[in-house]
Amino acid sequence: MEPYEVFRQDREGAAMQHAGSVLAPDPGLAAHYARELYGRRQESVRLWVVPRAAIGVVSDPDWLQPPLDRSFKKPAGYSAEIKRKLATARGRAAGEKAGR
Amino acid sequence: MTTTLSEPDRVEAFDRHVAAGGKVEAGDWMPDEYRTALRRFVEMHANSELMGVLPEREWILRAPTLRRKLALTAKVQDEVGHAQLLYRIAEDLGKPREEMIADLLAGRTKFHNVFHYPTRSWADVGIIAWLVDAAAIVAQQALRDSSYAPYARTMRKICWEESVHIMHGRDVVLTMMGGTDDQREMVQEALDRWWGPLMQMHGPPTDPRRDRDLAWRIKGKDNDTLRQEFLNVYVPRVREIGLRLPDPELRQDPDTGRWHYTEPDWRELHAVVTGHGPRSAERLAFRRLNWDQTRWVRDTVMAA
Repeated sequence: MEPYEVFRQDREGAAMQHAGSVLAPDPGLAAHYARELYGRRQESVRLWVVPRAAIGVVSDPDWLQPPLDRSFKKPAGYSAEIKRKLATARGRAAGEKAGR
Repeated sequence: MTTTLSEPDRVEAFDRHVAAGGKVEAGDWMPDEYRTALRRFVEMHANSELMGVLPEREWILRAPTLRRKLALTAKVQDEVGHAQLLYRIAEDLGKPREEMIADLLAGRTKFHNVFHYPTRSWADVGIIAWLVDAAAIVAQQALRDSSYAPYARTMRKICWEESVHIMHGRDVVLTMMGGTDDQREMVQEALDRWWGPLMQMHGPPTDPRRDRDLAWRIKGKDNDTLRQEFLNVYVPRVREIGLRLPDPELRQDPDTGRWHYTEPDWRELHAVVTGHGPRSAERLAFRRLNWDQTRWVRDTVMAA
């Protein structure tokens, strides 16, 4: 018996999401069990049934969440500064227009 | 979590992680005490789903219409499916499924009190699907935030299916309430019998500070909070359709919102869940018979 992780898709084009796992002696029965538990109510359009041993897990925080400033990669790293600079720029532009 | 920490430090870091709302996945390190407590909790839940279909199963052949029969059969199938999902989680935590079934069949492990009682009429099917499932979903919704993420994800799926069962039960009850006086009397009689077990179902109040399952966030809410939530939603829904609740003490404090009720019979609860309920022996005997009769299927699958 081997554990298989089951992923399911709600509708065509949606992300595959983890549903749960089944224990089965072979991939064929694993697919049957997955269908019975995660597709019985027509709630899935596709299932991925994967031997757990085939999944490479990466969860090391040193890799995935290094304590470095990554704000330059994210919108939030710019939004506050943009608001402030925009207000300054608009104020300057308005002043120049009035002075002309 | 790094592996360089000493064992007590590691446990302490784990406790802090789950207390702060952190999650645990199947392959993650966890303290043995957490693993055991979690596995016991999920195993009891799985047992209850598996045994819980037996009272309802008795009515499949007596369902009044084909649609009701289909709905009841689907509900029974769902509940067995929940047992499958939950046994999978428990066996992932280290106890083989065969051992869990053997313990259940030998009476060494428990299942919920409400599944130890007889069913007397079709109205029981409505009351069970509506109110027993409603009392259960209050507890199950709180488990969607469990610190053990595979359990929490499974509870999201289970709650979704249970919500259909509650609709089915409410529809059965409302249909009978819209029928004859005899039918209304049947519903009232069923409610009178089920109310005691329903009030016992979440268990006696416990001190939340001494409950490790709560500290580890294996479960989300203490017993009495769950009972209060159930009463809050369902007392009005029961009363609005002309049913009476058989407890003269039942009332809501207008200031605090808390429900007062006659102290449930905790001795009955204890006797029932330790295998001395009116149908405990009969239901376990049926499960044993079923386990023996389906042995050839398991043998065939494993030999293939």
